[in-house]
Amino acid sequence: MGKRVLVTGLGTFWGARVAKALEADPAVDVIVGLDTREPLLELERTEYVKSDENYSILSRIVEATQVDTIVHTFLVVDSTQMRGRSMHEINVIGTMNLFAAATDSSVRTVVVKSSSYIYGCEPGDPVWFTEETPRQNPPKHRVERSLTEVEGYVRDFAVDNPHVAVTMLRFSNVLGPELSTPLSRLLELPVVPSMFGFDPRFQFVHEDDVVRAILFVLDHELAGVFNVAGDGLLPWSEVAGICGKRTLALPPIGQGLYTSALGRLGIDLPPEIVDLLKYGRGLDNGRLKRAGFDYTHTAAGAVEAFIESLRLKRTVGPTAEYQYEREVEDFFRRSPAVVRRPR
Amino acid sequence: MARPTAESVRTPGQLLPVHVPAPAAPELADPRASDVDEWGRSERTRQLARTLFAPMYDHWFRVEWEGLEKIPADGGALLVANHAAAIPSDAPVIMHGIETELQRPVYGLADELFKKVPVVGTLWSRAGGVLAHPDNAYRLLRQQQQLVLAFPEGSKGPGKTFDERYQLRRFGRAGFVQIAMRAGVPVVPIAVVGAEESMPMLANLAPLAKALGLPYAPITANMLAFGPLLGPLGALVHLPAKFKLRVLDPVHFDVPPDQPRYSRSKVMDEAESIRQQIQDALYDMLRHRRSVWRG
Repeated sequence: MGKRVLVTGLGTFWGARVAKALEADPAVDVIVGLDTREPLLELERTEYVKSDENYSILSRIVEATQVDTIVHTFLVVDSTQMRGRSMHEINVIGTMNLFAAATDSSVRTVVVKSSSYIYGCEPGDPVWFTEETPRQNPPKHRVERSLTEVEGYVRDFAVDNPHVAVTMLRFSNVLGPELSTPLSRLLELPVVPSMFGFDPRFQFVHEDDVVRAILFVLDHELAGVFNVAGDGLLPWSEVAGICGKRTLALPPIGQGLYTSALGRLGIDLPPEIVDLLKYGRGLDNGRLKRAGFDYTHTAAGAVEAFIESLRLKRTVGPTAEYQYEREVEDFFRRSPAVVRRPR
Repeated sequence: MARPTAESVRTPGQLLPVHVPAPAAPELADPRASDVDEWGRSERTRQLARTLFAPMYDHWFRVEWEGLEKIPADGGALLVANHAAAIPSDAPVIMHGIETELQRPVYGLADELFKKVPVVGTLWSRAGGVLAHPDNAYRLLRQQQQLVLAFPEGSKGPGKTFDERYQLRRFGRAGFVQIAMRAGVPVVPIAVVGAEESMPMLANLAPLAKALGLPYAPITANMLAFGPLLGPLGALVHLPAKFKLRVLDPVHFDVPPDQPRYSRSKVMDEAESIRQQIQDALYDMLRHRRSVWRG
């Protein structure tokens, strides 16, 4: 019997990419995707279930589908996209419900997509964070607090359910052709904001490597915590340089005064990004590499791939967007008129 | 490359590019556009800093080294020295001297205060400064086998007033010994004479320092000497004290590397012994010093 996988956040970029990759794997029998929003990619055999944002129907789904694997990609780390309360609902309450449903169930593998924001960003931080580096101070920003709570639930679940292999992936700043993040939006501006007098080193991971890392830990049944980040650290000015842009220095004090004004102009500088622009952050990616994972892009390579795809998009426009239509999807999945080839 | 002799050191030659070992050929395309390494150091900036500092080193401080050959030509080593002057002049002198004579980069550990100051923090980092965090020091020493310079007195060294010159402060909590043990590298003590007189602190305005969040707020002799001439900039100019540095025998620890912890008392004993060696060397050098300015 093949794997039966539940993917949360099917309506996000990650969820859909992971589900699509799993569809190609003949060892995966069933893929169920959960989200408040419809999937952004055309999926062939993934079953999409619309849920509320904190997954109150989850235990019924787990019970009904008897999934053995949960891929939890639905964690919001972009604080500009929603209010604090919704982020709390999705990240903390959602994860809590997810684990409540997974406890004493058919689930044997859980993969959680966390983020490097968990480490914080302070002047006293080491250049490289390993998975074990403790935080020196309590979490400062909303997204950090939210992730800290989520990881707490993940750890509790792992302790309470020793028979379940729990994997937590902490991703560095993700860049790529498809994804929009606070940093990628800064790099899309004609001039790239920076903090006057600061030029910290940044690390990036290409979006393909993110999806590949999730599939890699599923394939190799790796449990534990892993940093996922491209090789190398490069100064923010160099990041802008690779993108062919100049930096515009903003005052390094009184950010509270001008970030809201910039926000009204559509330039989001959430506090966790302001910190990054001052002190940067590096993740030691050695553990996942030692487990056998090969990256396709270095940090600088991810920046270059991002800007190349942006140039293409600027010239030829976005590729045709997929629109989910339940009737159409139902037709392809269930109608006797569709000739289904055996996999 | 031939090891520099004491002879060649006394007549500092022209600036040579510091040799940085090339990393193993990366398999992935890595379109880097600058030479800033993971620690924020840029060899080009470092080269520029050396070019600018050379006249100061040769003609202002007239630096003389003794025992420079004791610094390992390859492999990691933790250099520790006494720390002095309100704006410490010892760090650039040591880094400049070793880099030009040994053609090896030196990474200088410093307090996070540097990182918080705009412009200064970035320049400091490009010029080879690294935050003094145990993880940073360990990685530099153990995995990259670099030379790392640390001042175990921390800001208490430069923060002492002129009447306490050459009296070593406590060596922190001996973290530097623990790091060297974990990294399996020797500690090379260096005694520095001259820095104390290059910017003597006459008084420390402690309440002002506290208000500004600084370790100390000095009134220096330099402010009084150069202030009338140069204005506020005078506070930044060092006095032309003669610099003499003595490298002491490397201290190897008889413990296996990479242990989760080392005996607290052994660590403290080693630190105290290194402190005492530097203190003794300082007294010896001062006994033979005829003039602060001419050496």
